[in-house]
Amino acid sequence: MTGFLFENAWMIPALPLISILLIGLFATGSNARVAGIIGSVAIGTAFLLTCGLGLSYLSSAEAGASAVTWSIEWLRYQDHLVVSLGTLIDPISLLLLFVVTSVSLLVHVYSIGYMAGDEGYSRYFVFLSLFTFSMLGLVLAPNLLQMYVFWELVGVSSFLLIGFYYTLPEAIAASKKAFIVTRFADLFFLAGILVLGFFVHQWIVDSEWGGVTATALQSATATQALDFATINSEPVLANLKAQPGVFGLDLLTVAMLLVFIGAAGKSAMFPLHVWLPDAMAGPTPVSALIHAATMVVAGVYLVARLFPGFAASGDALHVVAAVGCFTCLFAALIACTQRDIKRVLAFSTLSQIGYMMLALGVASAEHPAGLGAAMFHLFTHAFFKALLFLGAGSVIHAVHSNDVADMGGLRKKMPLTHATFLIATIAIAGVPPLAGFFSKDEILGAALDGEHHLIFGVGLFVAALTAFYMFRVYILTFLGAHKSDGAAKAHESPPIMTIPLVVLGVMSVCGGWIAVSQFVLPGVELHAHLLVMGLSVAAAVVGIGAAFWLYGGQTNRAQSMADSMGGIYRLVQNKFYIDEVYLLVTKMIFRFIAAPAAWFDRHVVDAAMNLSAAVVRWFGARLNVLQTGQVQTYGIWMINGTIVILLFLWLVQR
Amino acid sequence: MSWLSLLILIPFATALAVVATPDSKWYLRRWVALFGTGVVLALSLVMSVSYMQVVQQRGGDASVLTISQMEFEQSIPWFKSMGIEYHVGVDGIAMAMIVLTAIIIFTGVLASWEVKERSREFYAFLLVLVTGVFGVFISVDLFLFFLFYEVAVLPMYLLIGVWGTGRKEYSAMKLTLMLMVGSALVLVGMLALYHAAGSQTFDLNKLAMVDYSRDLQQWVFPCVFVGFGVLGALFPFHTWSPDGHASAPTAVSMLHAGVLMKLGGYGVLRVAVYLMPEGAKQWALFFLVLTTINIVYGAYAAIRQTDLKYFTAYSSVSHCGFVLFGLCSLNLMGFKGAVIQMFSHGIMTGLFFGLIGMVYGRSKTRDLTQMGGLSKRIPWLATSFYIAGLASLGLPGLSGFVAESTVFLGGFFGNRWVDATTMRICTLLATSSIVVTAVYVLRGLSRVFQGPMTKPEFSQMQDATIPEKLCTGILVATLAIVGMYPPVLIDLIEHAILPIANRF
Repeated sequence: MTGFLFENAWMIPALPLISILLIGLFATGSNARVAGIIGSVAIGTAFLLTCGLGLSYLSSAEAGASAVTWSIEWLRYQDHLVVSLGTLIDPISLLLLFVVTSVSLLVHVYSIGYMAGDEGYSRYFVFLSLFTFSMLGLVLAPNLLQMYVFWELVGVSSFLLIGFYYTLPEAIAASKKAFIVTRFADLFFLAGILVLGFFVHQWIVDSEWGGVTATALQSATATQALDFATINSEPVLANLKAQPGVFGLDLLTVAMLLVFIGAAGKSAMFPLHVWLPDAMAGPTPVSALIHAATMVVAGVYLVARLFPGFAASGDALHVVAAVGCFTCLFAALIACTQRDIKRVLAFSTLSQIGYMMLALGVASAEHPAGLGAAMFHLFTHAFFKALLFLGAGSVIHAVHSNDVADMGGLRKKMPLTHATFLIATIAIAGVPPLAGFFSKDEILGAALDGEHHLIFGVGLFVAALTAFYMFRVYILTFLGAHKSDGAAKAHESPPIMTIPLVVLGVMSVCGGWIAVSQFVLPGVELHAHLLVMGLSVAAAVVGIGAAFWLYGGQTNRAQSMADSMGGIYRLVQNKFYIDEVYLLVTKMIFRFIAAPAAWFDRHVVDAAMNLSAAVVRWFGARLNVLQTGQVQTYGIWMINGTIVILLFLWLVQR
Repeated sequence: MSWLSLLILIPFATALAVVATPDSKWYLRRWVALFGTGVVLALSLVMSVSYMQVVQQRGGDASVLTISQMEFEQSIPWFKSMGIEYHVGVDGIAMAMIVLTAIIIFTGVLASWEVKERSREFYAFLLVLVTGVFGVFISVDLFLFFLFYEVAVLPMYLLIGVWGTGRKEYSAMKLTLMLMVGSALVLVGMLALYHAAGSQTFDLNKLAMVDYSRDLQQWVFPCVFVGFGVLGALFPFHTWSPDGHASAPTAVSMLHAGVLMKLGGYGVLRVAVYLMPEGAKQWALFFLVLTTINIVYGAYAAIRQTDLKYFTAYSSVSHCGFVLFGLCSLNLMGFKGAVIQMFSHGIMTGLFFGLIGMVYGRSKTRDLTQMGGLSKRIPWLATSFYIAGLASLGLPGLSGFVAESTVFLGGFFGNRWVDATTMRICTLLATSSIVVTAVYVLRGLSRVFQGPMTKPEFSQMQDATIPEKLCTGILVATLAIVGMYPPVLIDLIEHAILPIANRF
């Protein structure tokens, strides 16, 4: 893989970084307006470079080829543990690059309209560029530590953007919650890095690969323990698999599970999902970019990157499947009961990412079809979910409310928004020939081929639920009569906001026609399952039908059905009270660890120090008596002392 | 004469110049102090570049050395009968600490730009203090080392007692007494080594060539470790730190937390670990457990603090724990991480205390519960505060991550003398502090800067002045440079750490 674009792939993340500097320098005070233009031009250029890179990859490189095309030494821990910053080009990184740059470009353009007039306008674009830079660095990472570095940076940009409206208490709380929950998960990721770092390093030193190394200071070119290429290599995996870990698991499984907890935090998998719904307190375009299309799929990407490790472990992959499967069902159920349009979309995102994890979980080294399906769904989901969020943003912008109970009848008022939102809704519901149908179908096919019948059943049920809750939102928002003044006065958003919607609409229709799986896994045969197709279409139809039956007419069917379910409905509507459990645990930590630590420090440790000082002072006061100032007394003591010393010396001499 | 002596002569001469300024022209003193410290800063940067060149020219294989290679050496006999010499020289570790000190004192002068009360004495003491600190870092002779160490510790008493706030006499006394007890332990240890080596020399590298008996090392090592550890906020001898910092004026807090607390870690590395590897091996487990407590306990205690200075002081207890923890790992990465953390924490905490002073000057309160919504009025200070906070929670791209990740890896890799499982459990416990740190940093910062403005008078606040912008700008830039391109620091120190690591 040679060529200008390959060797200079670092330019893609560098562009948004430059944009931060330019915005900081020029978009101040009354010039704030240029911030949006600078940001969009920079990310637009990055998008073009990505397209160029993709085309030259398709034309020049062997299918499925993977190479680190550029790197510099960054952090030298010790021999075989030298971390470089670099660009890893392979099908999945190219796929993610395309998703990130394209959605980010559209969100930038959309935000020019959405954020117009906001007093933090240029700050917003700085944060957005920071996010895009970090995400691109994450995608291109050739080693686990670079991944972690940018992983944290996307976390902090997400934190800054969720808390963008920094005077709103709920935004501040949500931003802290998002950061701390993902940080907690990252702790396990870091522990995984420590484990892999140590044991892979040990293997390199013990094996003949160690012979390649030069002296301590010149080993930058030798095999490095944290490179994906090293970790994913067969002898390393076999070695890790053979060593015992903890709790009766082998070392490889332990390491992979630790890394997976990190992935689950960022991708908001149960039970670390609690931050994502709250994160909707940020500006809506941010939710589209970060909390739907890109950052939250980083966990899926991480598992895909380490797929050989997960596959070799086996047990770790089962955990991925179980967590994905559970989250996808759990979140879909909650999504059916929420009234805040963005929260419905947030739970829908959880559910869809669960779908991707599930797909990864049903794959194996021999039958990797699920891996391709997960990447395919990641790709299509990015477009229709971003579209749903931006559409919701357009609606919120017009109605000034998030609550679907305040909307209704917007079909005529906002024709473009309506049309594109409907496309995305059909796409996510899995109706052919739109994008979601193909990718979802591939996931279900992979589950069936892998003989995971339970997972297949859950997947099918969730497909029906997805169609149901999405059409529920669609009906409540766009059909029927106006339910508030805001809805009555709503009007279409300006072109700068609707053009991105149209582009995403096109992608939501056509995205499924691109053979993403063949690109990711060249040579793996996929066969169409007519049975699966039929079942998934049937599920979508059932879901859509149920939504229209319950919410379509002027009847009270929905309310009476909710009432008849009673406690169960309230349990689901309150998100199974998981937030409350977290709150309780946090309070317990504060009350039973932090407060006692602070008290102990002041009243025990410090008191002990003060006590020893007091004891010294007491003795000092007693000894003061000896200092009378009378020369005669001193003389007596001197003579006494001399006698004692002489006696002592005499005794010793003897 | 060696260039190194300039590092102590210039600050001392500046102190004299400050004393000589006329009474009426108080503003002249800050310019004199700024000029003097600016020259020192420039000199330290030039010297570290030329140090790198010297090391490169010398070439050779550092991976086999077991004796520290000093550069820019100069040696003048002093008390010949006792073998005491004015012997100065630096290696990469000392060089990094010198640059740190120069940055902190320069920005410290900028942070105390508005000190008018007894400004002559204030600047003079500050400069004498920093003379002592530079002296410690350039000393190769342990006697000289100790002498300068005392010079550095004593002016602190006056600086806190006179220019401080709150219970300043109590805090100053507590701080001085506790550090003096530490010094006494260090002195005992040093004399023991001197005698065991035949009472001929205090030269560090000559002492390093002596094979001390196991029994001697067994009792001298903990003396020296605890003695220096008091200054490095070793649990349970850290309690001077919250009170001392809370009472100290801004520049003194900066210097104290930024540089003086680093003398503790530096002393442990140079004297205890370097000279007594056998003692280190025997005591590694014990001190590893203590420093793990330091890290975790300091972080939890910080959560409950409501005074910004106590908050930062406890955070320092936790972060200084990383330095000592790294040293207890007894391997290359542990030592390297400890030195990077000394540098990184020095800059970060200097920034923290500098900013607290600036915010306090405006809000007239340091109580977190009283503040809110300040970022609207003081965006520059708020942004700098956030950057310091993010550095302290170990965000990659800022220096804290470089240091902490190296310490964690060092701890996890462990050594032959401590059981691997214990080592790893301690490391993972220490690692868990990154979550607790995130909790207290974000809570604290959002209290002060976000949300609605809590007091009407806050809306009159002015953002940073030019000296304040320069001060915070330099510190933020340093955090970012080391964080984004770690080789600037690692290349400087690695050569010096290898000889120490090779002794294990």
